[in-house]
Amino acid sequence: MYKATVIVKRRPKILDPQGKAVEQGAKLLGFNNVKKTRIGKYIEFFVDTNDKNLAEKEVREYSEKLLSNPIMEDFEYQLEEVK
Amino acid sequence: MMDEIKSHNSAKPKFGVVVFPGSNCDHDAYFAVKKIIGYDAEFLWHKEKDLKNSDVIILPGGFSYGDYLRTGAIARFSPIMEKVYNFAEKGGVVIGICNGFQILLEIGLLPGVMIQNESLKFVCKDVFLKVENKSTRFTNLIEKEILKTPVAHGDGNYFTDEETLRDLEKYNQIVFRYSSPEGIVNNDYNPNGSLKNIAGIINRKGNVLGMMPHPERACDPTLGKTDGVGIFKSIAESLLN
Repeated sequence: MYKATVIVKRRPKILDPQGKAVEQGAKLLGFNNVKKTRIGKYIEFFVDTNDKNLAEKEVREYSEKLLSNPIMEDFEYQLEEVK
Repeated sequence: MMDEIKSHNSAKPKFGVVVFPGSNCDHDAYFAVKKIIGYDAEFLWHKEKDLKNSDVIILPGGFSYGDYLRTGAIARFSPIMEKVYNFAEKGGVVIGICNGFQILLEIGLLPGVMIQNESLKFVCKDVFLKVENKSTRFTNLIEKEILKTPVAHGDGNYFTDEETLRDLEKYNQIVFRYSSPEGIVNNDYNPNGSLKNIAGIINRKGNVLGMMPHPERACDPTLGKTDGVGIFKSIAESLLN
């Protein structure tokens, strides 16, 4: 069994209204050095197989087809074997 | 291509209204098309794989699958969407309204993406739309230049890359833009931050339209707005001819 963690990030050129709004909060708190706040998604799940190649393939396809929208987002993932 | 779609010779084209879990404008669309304008209409449950001989497919507004992950991201994998996709690819007429537009973007029948409104607020109000292209099968019977229709969305901020935008403009694919009541298009009349005030676009072939405003909510005269009727009439007439 593998544990997968996927991080989905909006591409730098795509607006992130949420990140912008949160950064306004940062300014209100006095964090004047905080710049370019961007908000993404963190997703974790398990892949029930002992075949690492198969696990990687499923994580990649799941991320490409559903977890991210390739037009506006990039993703990165990590796989960790668990018992 | 059109020959592959079953053509109805009856005077009543049939609108199939897809119902996803979380759709909430499905009944409005059905009511507008069937009870107000007088065409045939039928609901299509998203788990079905049968378009029931519909001549037009409406993907209605709402919050399919709770808008989780991204708007429309999960609905586009509903069983019926494979049929809708093939129907559209063969030239079948599809209109996506609000969440339906978001689903069309996710499945790739229309280009671009929808992100959160710039204000981060859910916008629910009447807006004015400048009809930019009246030579489509969705708009050719619209008499007015400017339509008054409601919008109700949190993610209506249309975005695409420069190349796609250039193509949309070049091929007259931008059908509606948010405007003033007089038709002035600028930031003051942009309810959500949408690129170039885009409110509705059509595909290159001209058989798939997506729009954020709700024409189905502007059909019943007792509610004081009827500017949406022209869109459904245009669609129906284009099928009869």
